[in-house]
Amino acid sequence: MLHLEGLSKTYKTGDAALRDVTLTVPEGQIMGLIGPSGAGKSTLIRCINRLVEPTAGKVMLGDVDLVRLGKADLRRQRRRIGMIFQEYALVERLTVMENVLSGRLGYVPFWRSFLRKYPATDIQNAFRLLDRVGLMDKADNRADALSGGQRQRVGIARALAQEPELLLVDEPTASLDPKTSRQIMRLLTEICAERGLPAIVNIHDVPLAQQFMQRIVGLRAGRVVFDGTPDELTHDALTTIYGEEDWNAMRAGDDEQAKAEADARDRIAALAQ
Amino acid sequence: MTVAAYPTRWRRPPQIIKDRRWRIAVQIGIVVYLILAIGTVDVNWARVYDGLERGQRFVMGFLQPDFTSRWRDISQGLVESLTMTLTSTVVGVAISVPIGIGAARNLAPPWVYYVCRAIIAVSRALQEVIIAIFFVAMFGFGPFAGFLTLSFATIGFIAKLLADDIEEIDEAQAESIRATGASWLQLVNYAVQPQVMPRLIGLSLYRLDINFRESAVIGIVGAGGIGATLNTAIDRYEYDSAGAVLLIIIAIVMVAEYGSSYLRKFLQ
Ligand SMILES: Nc1ncnc2c1ncn2[C@@H]1O[C@H](COP(=O)(O)OP(=O)(O)OP(=O)(O)O)[C@@H](O)[C@H]1O
Ligand SMILES: [Mg+2]
Repeated sequence: MLHLEGLSKTYKTGDAALRDVTLTVPEGQIMGLIGPSGAGKSTLIRCINRLVEPTAGKVMLGDVDLVRLGKADLRRQRRRIGMIFQEYALVERLTVMENVLSGRLGYVPFWRSFLRKYPATDIQNAFRLLDRVGLMDKADNRADALSGGQRQRVGIARALAQEPELLLVDEPTASLDPKTSRQIMRLLTEICAERGLPAIVNIHDVPLAQQFMQRIVGLRAGRVVFDGTPDELTHDALTTIYGEEDWNAMRAGDDEQAKAEADARDRIAALAQ
Repeated sequence: MTVAAYPTRWRRPPQIIKDRRWRIAVQIGIVVYLILAIGTVDVNWARVYDGLERGQRFVMGFLQPDFTSRWRDISQGLVESLTMTLTSTVVGVAISVPIGIGAARNLAPPWVYYVCRAIIAVSRALQEVIIAIFFVAMFGFGPFAGFLTLSFATIGFIAKLLADDIEEIDEAQAESIRATGASWLQLVNYAVQPQVMPRLIGLSLYRLDINFRESAVIGIVGAGGIGATLNTAIDRYEYDSAGAVLLIIIAIVMVAEYGSSYLRKFLQ
């Protein structure tokens, strides 16, 4: 179980990216995090495993407060949290197998990881995960020789190799085509269901969130402004999350675009003469 | 508009000085300065004339190189130079790696960063010949001084370029490794090394090449190797032996050039 309390983050530049966020993610729940660009979605999940240092608040994973930990303890706790990135963030020049095994780095001593001599159970488990994500035959390929969808599946296998108690997923499908996006989301939700694994998934695509998430939290300017089931995400709720001005701005944008198109048509007509 | 109304001439607008008169004034100024500056260089034309003759003999020696009469000296110098080059490159690169990592802002704490950058700055500020004179004074004539000189120079070169390369790695890859709970050493091994290794190998091969050429130069100030042989030959006015040495240096540099570019392609 993950519990955030009064979590805040103000960057050195003065951007208040998170303001007093309090949230609980129970065992086995897949929570979607939506909100406009710059709302603080990435900041929120990065504060949980402290890739970004929160300014204030608590991050309770089970009964450990991650915010108070020293370096060594933080590393030990990070093993419990798997992370999946938008741009996959695989180490490009390593093989697929090395990338999956890198999920074990927190568990093995340096010499084992340096010599690539992982314990037999780790290797067996890595193959099982590769099989689960359908990449059994790619184990020895270099990561930069894979397609986007395949890379993201390696990213998922790497996170699962940690045997995490929580998954943090930052826009897993933003660089993928619609069909692959759906496949990846389905794979993620299935795996979470199989293991009763709680997950926080940042997602730009509202329909995709509604289709796959059990719960949706809306973030706006660093605050939680919506928290409910996908069905409760009505037009009004979307307006509170994404803002009325934004809709108007979009309409204003439409007007400008129409004008520009008309102008271009006139010019082309003039040139044709 | 009809087509005829468009201009048919176009010139690139002046980029730095807009005013035409100023532009011409500055150009004239530069030419006048150059003429005056060259005028102040003191040239002894009689000496140049003498030198021409010596230069001619040098060129003749080059065209008729004599490999045989001093072959023992040449081969000994060559072996010394190659040994010096290889050992100093290996030792220099081995020392450069930790210093380069320490001089990368994204991996090292600030005080380590400043110490390592200072080492690099000192090594880069001192030209090989100056260091060689210093080490020859300390350890006497011979290849050991040369070995130390080249190792020291290699540190400045490799550590700086490695550090700059590490600072430009893809942070996302490092972050993803950090997020698994990896230690600092594991981070370096898994996220940094794969990203910088091809370039490090390329740079080391390039440095091997440079070190060989430098070994010829520092030999002239007493640091052993083929440079010392070359110096002796010139001192004895044996330009045909000197020509042989130069031809050997050119041949080895060419072999190193082709060899390293082939190796780099192979490693990519
Ligand atoms: N490293 C940083 N330094 C300073 N400010 C930052 C940094 N990262 C993010 N911010 C600021 O924090 C705010 C929240 O950014 P964040 O990346 O969390 O948004 P997001 O919801 O993930 O947006 P997107 O949907 O575009 O990914 C933004 O105003 C951003 O400018
Ligand atoms: Mg983001």
